[in-house]
Amino acid sequence: MKTTPTAIVIGGGLAGLWATLRIADAGFPVQLFSLFEVKRSHSVCAQGGINAVLDTKGQRDSIHQHIVDTLKGGEYLANQPPVKSMCEAAPGLIHTFERMGVTFSRTSEGLLDQRLFGGVKNKRTCFAGASSGQQLLYGVDQQVRRLESLGQVVKFEWWEFLSLLKDADGVCRGILAMDLKSLEIRAFPADVVVIATGGFGQIYAPKTTTSSHCTGAAASRCYQQGAWFANAEFFQFHPTAMIGRDKNRLMSEAARGEGGRIWTPRDPRDARAPNAIPEAERFYFLEEFFPAYGNTVSRDEASRAIWHVTREMGLGIQGTDRVYLDLTHLDRAFVSGRLGAILDIYRKFAGTDPLAAPMEIFPAAHYPMGGLWVDFERDADGGMRPDSPRNQATNLPGLYACGECDYAYHGANRLGANSLLSASFSGRVAGESVVSYLKGLDHRRTPLDQAGVAFEIARQQRLNQDLMRSNGPENPYQLHQALGALMTTRVGVVRVNSELATALDELRELERRAASVALGDSSAWTNQTLVFARQLQDMIRLAMVVAKSALERDECRGAHHKPAFKIPLPEGKFAGDPEFEDYRARWRANNDRWLKTTIAEFSAEGPRIHDEEIDLSIYPPTEPRDYR
Amino acid sequence: MPANRMSIRFKIRRQDAPGSPSYWQEFAIPYAPDHNVISALMVVQNNPVTTDGQRVAPVVWDRNCMEEVCGSCAMLINGVPRPSCSALIDSLTQPIVLEPLPKFPVVRDLLVDRSRIDEGLRRVRAWIEIDGAWDTHEGAPRISPIEWSANYLYSRCMSCGCCLSACPQFGPHSAFIGPAALAQVRLMNAHPTGRYDQAERLHAIMGDGGISDCGNAQNCVRVCPKAIPLTTAIGELGRQTTVQAVKDLFGG
Ligand SMILES: Cc1cc2nc3c(=O)[nH]c(=O)nc-3n(C[C@H](O)[C@H](O)[C@H](O)COP(=O)(O)OP(=O)(O)OC[C@H]3O[C@@H](n4cnc5c(N)ncnc54)[C@H](O)[C@@H]3O)c2cc1C
Ligand code: SF4
Ligand code: SF4
Ligand code: FES
Repeated sequence: MKTTPTAIVIGGGLAGLWATLRIADAGFPVQLFSLFEVKRSHSVCAQGGINAVLDTKGQRDSIHQHIVDTLKGGEYLANQPPVKSMCEAAPGLIHTFERMGVTFSRTSEGLLDQRLFGGVKNKRTCFAGASSGQQLLYGVDQQVRRLESLGQVVKFEWWEFLSLLKDADGVCRGILAMDLKSLEIRAFPADVVVIATGGFGQIYAPKTTTSSHCTGAAASRCYQQGAWFANAEFFQFHPTAMIGRDKNRLMSEAARGEGGRIWTPRDPRDARAPNAIPEAERFYFLEEFFPAYGNTVSRDEASRAIWHVTREMGLGIQGTDRVYLDLTHLDRAFVSGRLGAILDIYRKFAGTDPLAAPMEIFPAAHYPMGGLWVDFERDADGGMRPDSPRNQATNLPGLYACGECDYAYHGANRLGANSLLSASFSGRVAGESVVSYLKGLDHRRTPLDQAGVAFEIARQQRLNQDLMRSNGPENPYQLHQALGALMTTRVGVVRVNSELATALDELRELERRAASVALGDSSAWTNQTLVFARQLQDMIRLAMVVAKSALERDECRGAHHKPAFKIPLPEGKFAGDPEFEDYRARWRANNDRWLKTTIAEFSAEGPRIHDEEIDLSIYPPTEPRDYR
Repeated sequence: MPANRMSIRFKIRRQDAPGSPSYWQEFAIPYAPDHNVISALMVVQNNPVTTDGQRVAPVVWDRNCMEEVCGSCAMLINGVPRPSCSALIDSLTQPIVLEPLPKFPVVRDLLVDRSRIDEGLRRVRAWIEIDGAWDTHEGAPRISPIEWSANYLYSRCMSCGCCLSACPQFGPHSAFIGPAALAQVRLMNAHPTGRYDQAERLHAIMGDGGISDCGNAQNCVRVCPKAIPLTTAIGELGRQTTVQAVKDLFGG
């Protein structure tokens, strides 16, 4: 008997829901897994918006320019065909979201409004009030609910993906998942699996803007089962996050753009209230370091400067990881009008008024450019070939990845408002590839070995039992703090090889400690500590990939900054000057050596790194960037 | 203002499993000015010892975004249903009493089962009937800024369930669908193409457990953390359902 092949999608953020829609639209049943109700996914956090060239603002914006901005912003590290296809697809995606009822903000004519965002020259960002990600996610959530009511999608919310089931040929044939309430571990056979489990900012907790479920544990589990993890060293830090004990909350760039000034007391022992500190005793370091740009330097420069001032000069507010972001010198009405949303967040979560006293901020881990390696097939136009089963496929046959947990669209750095786009686009592409893959399947495939499945279930149950029985000295939540502190200090904004090597040693030590915890909870019902203790082990293994990849890459590129290998632009010299030509030659040689994708493979001894050539067929890097 | 500035004290209603009896435990952590309920619970989690010195299982609760946008973390805080991530300690009277969100079945401790919210959204068909998630090479209809700003208010509902827990008509004793799903009917019926299926959505709220179960107690609007004008929506729907009933009668 010929049965309809089935798909599993893990993750109900933007990417997972888009994949689900395209697979179910094509008539294949989907089982959708999520740690919680899908509409609570981290995608809701995005406020800024989503990029798409609509060219409705009289600026002659073009899709070509969007492609170039994305590639240059990523310092050429992204394969170019997928970026091209993404930028071309963006307007169509926006209109589809619109048809779903997404409440995009409007112009006076009732058209989609667009704004300036993320360091590009044109107004290219669609937004929905101050809750763009929430609105986009709800659009696809509602459509998935529609398909659910038609019986085409079955949701498994409050279930956690634990491991992949592979057949004798190594092809992915389903998953093992755990009911987060009853802790039942069950096998779910399927013909293809899509992983869309988001990012992993929690390895830097609490100095991260990401939600508490962004652990990366799911991607780490795939990696430990043989999936490649690419460009893990590239992590974007947001310079101005409001400090919090639970997490750091994003304060948009707009605060600096509208005239906010960053400073710290010249004397770190100065305990006066900020308003009582006279101008002369304030260190406006961005204005001193970057006279031309002042407070509006790029995200990366700002993060590094704050790092330098606090951690290297020891000049954080009272010696801590804090500096001021000051709006109090600006006109109240002006600021309230332009920055209302930011002011509200600050008031709500800090309980103080940023118009009365400066905000306290620090850089926080925001977005990983790296993730699971995925393939693509180039077509004659130089983009991705539509419907190719290779698009978004990992190196494990039958496993696809999309969204923040893939590595494909942002190179060494991400443009603002490009990741809601990449999550949606890659999710849609993954869904379409899966359909091609399922249509091409041989129906006489070898069945899954049932004894093997039973063995894997027993192994996973044993992991639970071992943790429940373990009576070691460690508390998993405290180890998480140790992990976050170690990653922030040694694998953060600025990187030094000796520190990275130490980090790897310390991570091995943490891995050992994470195996000897005491949960303090012996209940077999909704045991959150057990669940977290498991995730923690996988987070540590993923953190090793980040540290090892960072150690191997001896250069500065995008978000990965290693001062020892910086090639400085010769001051006051330009094309034609021998110093500049020398610089150009060094820049070229550096690209020949380092313009490659980093790929990490799991081994028991730790991550093994190799590299891969990048497809630069659209816009090859011929000239160094020169912003002077 | 809390009297005791040295510590933050909690009284937490705990329950080990659905159907098992609940009991109270008290905890105290060192005071710091920048705590919210979640960050303080995280400190408790690091070392779950009650004020009587008893080592107990860590408290179970739900959270994700920490920005009051995912709706996970709602609970009863000093008797008021609200998200815990935005509940600043300095604004609360101590001991801070935490209880699971009422009206929903308790899973464990402060974690409740809110699947009824999802069922409600399915029942009222809270979606636009699109042909499929592919490009149609057509722009979508325009929406005036005024209509947009009215609709946007409703599109921010994060399914936290606070309104439902405050509504006297909603709960295990009744089939009432509750204000959150009703507000989504208002939202979908206002969309230029969502209107095409307005009758179906209205029929879904005209029967048992529908709009007529609302007693207009206004509790829901008072607790909604997103300030969603729920009773305005219910008022508008009242008019829409009346018109629909007339249409149904005369086959209009
Ligand atoms: C504060 C903030 C602001 C941002 N603002 C913007 C912006 O303005 N513009 C922009 O373009 N981008 C922005 N981003 C980035 C963007 O929001 C994300 O990159 C994107 O939403 C990720 O979507 P996703 O679908 O890949 O993952 P997520 O939305 O994180 O979804 C992950 C899903 O995986 C599930 N999952 C995870 N692990 C498991 C498991 N083991 N088993 C089962 N399910 C699992 C979860 O339940 C969840 O449903 C922002 C990010 C942050 C942190
Ligand atoms: S107005 Fe209606 S929905 Fe709101 S609380 Fe009262 S009875 Fe419930
Ligand atoms: S209407 Fe308000 S209170 Fe009710 S679920 Fe939505 S956001 Fe929560
Ligand atoms: S954690 Fe998301 S609303 Fe509180």
